[in-house]
Amino acid sequence: MSIIIDGNSKVVVQGITGNEGRFHTSSMLRYGTRIVAGVTPGKGGQQVQDIPVYNTVAEAVGNHGADTSIIFVPARFAQSAVLEAIDAGIKTLVVITELIPQKDAIEFIAKADKKGDITIVGPNTPGVINPGSRTHVGIMPVHIFRPGVIGMASRSGTLTHEIAWHINHAGLGQSTCVGIGGDAIVKLDFIQVLEMFKDDKETKGVVLIGEIGGNTEELAAQYIRETNYPKPVVAYIAGRLAPPGKRMGHAGAIVMGNAGTAKSKIEAFTSAGIPVAEKPSDVARLLKI
Amino acid sequence: MKLFESEAKNILRKYGIATPEGNTASNSDEAEAIAKEIGKPVALKSQILTSGRGKSGGIIFANDTAEAKKVASNLIGKTIKGTIVRSLLVEEKLNIVEELYASVTIDRQARRYIVLTSTSGGIDIEQVTLASPDRISRYWVDPAVGFDKHTAETMLAQFPKINKRDATKFAAIIATLYNIAIDYDAELVEINPLARTASGKFIAADARITIDDNALFRHPEFADRSSLRVDDTPLEAEARQQKLAYVDLDGDIGIIGNGAGLVMATLDLVGFFGGKPANFLDMGGGAQTEVIKKGVTLVMSKPEVKAVLINILGGITRCDVVAQGIISALNESTIKKPIAVRMIGTNEEEGTQRLRQAGVHTYSNTEEAVKAVLGL
Repeated sequence: MSIIIDGNSKVVVQGITGNEGRFHTSSMLRYGTRIVAGVTPGKGGQQVQDIPVYNTVAEAVGNHGADTSIIFVPARFAQSAVLEAIDAGIKTLVVITELIPQKDAIEFIAKADKKGDITIVGPNTPGVINPGSRTHVGIMPVHIFRPGVIGMASRSGTLTHEIAWHINHAGLGQSTCVGIGGDAIVKLDFIQVLEMFKDDKETKGVVLIGEIGGNTEELAAQYIRETNYPKPVVAYIAGRLAPPGKRMGHAGAIVMGNAGTAKSKIEAFTSAGIPVAEKPSDVARLLKI
Repeated sequence: MKLFESEAKNILRKYGIATPEGNTASNSDEAEAIAKEIGKPVALKSQILTSGRGKSGGIIFANDTAEAKKVASNLIGKTIKGTIVRSLLVEEKLNIVEELYASVTIDRQARRYIVLTSTSGGIDIEQVTLASPDRISRYWVDPAVGFDKHTAETMLAQFPKINKRDATKFAAIIATLYNIAIDYDAELVEINPLARTASGKFIAADARITIDDNALFRHPEFADRSSLRVDDTPLEAEARQQKLAYVDLDGDIGIIGNGAGLVMATLDLVGFFGGKPANFLDMGGGAQTEVIKKGVTLVMSKPEVKAVLINILGGITRCDVVAQGIISALNESTIKKPIAVRMIGTNEEEGTQRLRQAGVHTYSNTEEAVKAVLGL
């Protein structure tokens, strides 16, 4: 069992003929992901790594039953790619594209909400990996991850890898790792991932990797406290030394006035009884599973 | 990208919102001429992007043209909140009866635009939120439906003190702000204060607009502006031109890494072990030799930097490519600083081998690398 994706996910790659699309398609295929089709408008009939390419997502759904899409389409076309996938009946979307205008993200998220029953991971996510079923819908370095019982949700790609590395060294592994994305506007948030991990038998403990900006960490802390969350959770927050008003690499990593500071997030978790690791290497030790 | 008040007001006027009579001046003669044309007491407002300029002496009133000239020559070239004043907005001093507030911004958690309006204008809206929440009305916009002046009127119905005629005028302005936010891909469109004058007019006394950086491709009119941010430090401006995600900090340990979260965590670790980072530099995923070289050279060039810590977690980013970039920077740069490198992941062995041959210390554990660079 896993969350969001599993060995049965039938994946279509939107933007498969671009450099990034090609590179990560072969990486995902090597790992074991079931990629059934690719889409690039105007490139229908071609093949990438023996995967058939179509002009539309509807064809990929009609011919191969694709239910999950990974999107590598450039930012200025990303909104129409997402809307096309939603209209074609795709239920799980992993939006890798970064630098998508916030207005576009707001619009496609509203559309997904209206349609209902749609999971959008991202935008600006490194994706999702489930080492147990060798399924990876994303751009992560797969060799870092080991099958195990720790569910991870993170706003940062490389920091997830760093902490997964420490978790491996502690003799543990990962159930599912979800990058929720580094943008200010993302669809899937920590609370939704926590809800999914709660019902996931494979997951025995959860690691949340947050950073400055927004208040998704504060809301997650509140949710854990109010629902008396049944699994152990450990948090790590990056950006204690970040100055206000400056974007720290991610579009969403910015302290506005007094809002979105590392201090506020650390206090929220601590007061909810959730241990906050001071260093990435402390996370595994704090997990009481 | 933050716009100057003068730029924001140009946009408001284009949409039919009244602003005070005035113009921008880049020297005291221009300021005098504008004041003369206005023929009334004026406000001279420093065009800088940091907030709180009024309290820092960036806005000064003058009763006549001679005084305006004198004030202008004092203000232009002055440093306010770390920024040099290069131009002034010279405007008629308004006869304000009431100060109101209206803005459109993005609510990250709701994933919606939010319209905010208040009868307490002229002060920081966050203070109003805390002190008198009943004086704020909020509306989250469904993007499929949009926002019009009728919805704005229902928002204003919460404020019994506003009479119907004023509410109609105010509502039209609020609805216009939403249109501006959509048309300009703005993260923030704010009028604070919106002045109601003795003659019953609504005038945008101050205005702020911030355009979403990611949407600048749809707004070529700002192309010249976007490469040069006035709120950047000189090194940040240079880094932005080279498309590097760089932020200046006030310590002495240069920090470079791949991935925003990893770099932030590296800064925090340096702090944890008692050091002070000099900067944040995220090379992003899949950085090539030339980009690494530029980044390392840039960080070494900062005078305050005593040593550089590079933290690479290879995935799409290849350790051998990073190593090559570091070595090129060390070979070609005139300013060299000691470098400690932590690298693991794709082509790690090749990368560390190259670096060791070039005499650069490498580590597989971040904390060891941090301690080494701090001389612990």
